Amino acid sequence: MARIEIKNVTKCFEKNTIISNLNLTIEDGKFTVLVGPSGCGKTTILRMIAGIGPQTSGQVLIDGEDVSDIEAGKRGVAMVFQNYAIYPTMSVRENIEFGLKNNKVPKAERERRINEVSEAVGLSDYLDRKPSTLSGGQRQRVALARAMVKQPKVFLMDEPLSNLDAKLRVQMRVELIEIHKRLGTTFVYVTHDQVEAMSMADKIVLLNNGIIQQEASPADIYRDPNNMFTAQFIGTPPMNILDLGCDGVRFGFRPEKVSLSLKPVEGSYKFEADIVTREMLGSETIYSLRMSDGKTVMAKSSKDDFFMGNHVYASVERENIYLFAEDEQRIRAENEGYEKYLNMLGASDK
Amino acid sequence: MNNKKALRIVKKTPEYLLKTLVILVFIFPFYWMLSTAFKTYAEAIATPPTLWPADLIIENFAKAWNSGPFLTYTKNSVIVTLSVIVIQYIIMVPAAYGFARFNFRGKNLLFAIVLIAFMMPGQIVFIPVYLMLAKWDLLKTLLPQILPFAANAFGIFLLRQYFMQVPEEIIEAAKLDNAKEHQIMFKIMMPMAKSAMMTVALFSFISRWNDYFWPLVMTNDESLRPLTVGIAMLKDAEGIVNWHVIMAGNTILVIPIILIYIFASRQIVKAFVYSGIK
Repeated sequence: MARIEIKNVTKCFEKNTIISNLNLTIEDGKFTVLVGPSGCGKTTILRMIAGIGPQTSGQVLIDGEDVSDIEAGKRGVAMVFQNYAIYPTMSVRENIEFGLKNNKVPKAERERRINEVSEAVGLSDYLDRKPSTLSGGQRQRVALARAMVKQPKVFLMDEPLSNLDAKLRVQMRVELIEIHKRLGTTFVYVTHDQVEAMSMADKIVLLNNGIIQQEASPADIYRDPNNMFTAQFIGTPPMNILDLGCDGVRFGFRPEKVSLSLKPVEGSYKFEADIVTREMLGSETIYSLRMSDGKTVMAKSSKDDFFMGNHVYASVERENIYLFAEDEQRIRAENEGYEKYLNMLGASDK
Repeated sequence: MNNKKALRIVKKTPEYLLKTLVILVFIFPFYWMLSTAFKTYAEAIATPPTLWPADLIIENFAKAWNSGPFLTYTKNSVIVTLSVIVIQYIIMVPAAYGFARFNFRGKNLLFAIVLIAFMMPGQIVFIPVYLMLAKWDLLKTLLPQILPFAANAFGIFLLRQYFMQVPEEIIEAAKLDNAKEHQIMFKIMMPMAKSAMMTVALFSFISRWNDYFWPLVMTNDESLRPLTVGIAMLKDAEGIVNWHVIMAGNTILVIPIILIYIFASRQIVKAFVYSGIK
């Protein structure tokens, strides 16, 4: 159990500053996901917490204790790497046991813990195998078991599922959530995949260029994005953003909030468009629509009865419209100009 | 069907011919050594030479073995070769590990010096080395055959390449597992470089075991000579060149190498086609 605080941290690689003066608190026992595009600094933060890529300046605190000068192996953290980083010359058992031996855990206790953990991740029958004889999913479990067996205060995971095939990834996602629930330990999970972030996190920390864009629960970050970056990063397809044509303000709406019809419709914001492409995904269909001024927007609908070349009437409810100022920050209902801009949008209706 | 088969045979023929030729070129000297070792003196120097000995004379081996202190030679060869391999490991592994893992001032220069040492033939340095060892009063020991080979530049180079291939994450995982630097070196890196280590050991073994020039220069006492020099001495024994006895001695000399190669060949091949676990 541990709370992690990152205080005024800066990280430079040679002359490039990746993270500048970052502050972040990761709550005790929560499943926190650091998400962002590649190069946003999420792995850098994780490595700082682990102690394998120390910050250039600033402090990292675990449970209130400054760990900046404490070696990686003595911080009470365990990490699962993207490519598993299993010791290839050791058997599964030796892989799991290595950390315990180094920490001078007595033999009987080691045995007990190895049995318990390998049972939990389904590796009991593979303990004497070499990693090279295991499948990708099993290797992932070895990496997981190796982390769990140390009973760390914090679990750090660096894109642990990205080398698995789609089906296995979904299955492991569920298993990781269950493991987190059972252990109740602090999990810090790094991914570039917003679906993974949305499905697993208690709290999402969205980063871009080393700056925190938003920290919130998956529901909040989806429903109430702080800025244009967040709005477009979370959700597939991303939010449609268009120019309002006044003060550099832009407005946006999610593809899934667009209603389509072949006949003229009522709604706060209406437009007509032609269907350019159609992706049928099963339960829903994604359309790309070309508006009369040539701009393209996406729409997601449970209806699959529109086809390429159809001329459709689209509408979006007022509460589903997001406004963004020139600096890409959100204009919320309580902000000045909100009503004015929204009304302008209605006025520009045909 | 038959045409296709015939065509394939024709196509493959040059390949097989070439392979056979290469094998012959490599095998024939060994065969010649072995067959001569069983010949009588007369047959060994007969023209035209015979490919297969008329009578198998096993006494040549006994003659070779008994014509000098061969037990001492063998003992010297074994001591020198094994000590060199052990000392090389002790120096080579940490050196390669240091070059592969750490950044320090002068690293490139030091590594360049290692590579230069790798390219320097023994013939250039033997006189200064001999004089130095004489000054240290070591010529009455086996050390002149051991100490100059204590550091193996080729081994450092090869192991460094291997250590550099070990993914950074594995080392980081070991650090998170609270492993000390020496544990990372001995328990993680060294086992991963096992084939390279065996290859280096084998190359060292062959080059020390077979070395003639260096021990010839460094020794002037029967009691310090290794097998190679001992066998070459057979030549001078009776004024005439006893090729059949020399070949018998050579056969004794190469047997350990062949035995070791048979046991280690899989590892050696592996050393050159290493692939880590993704």
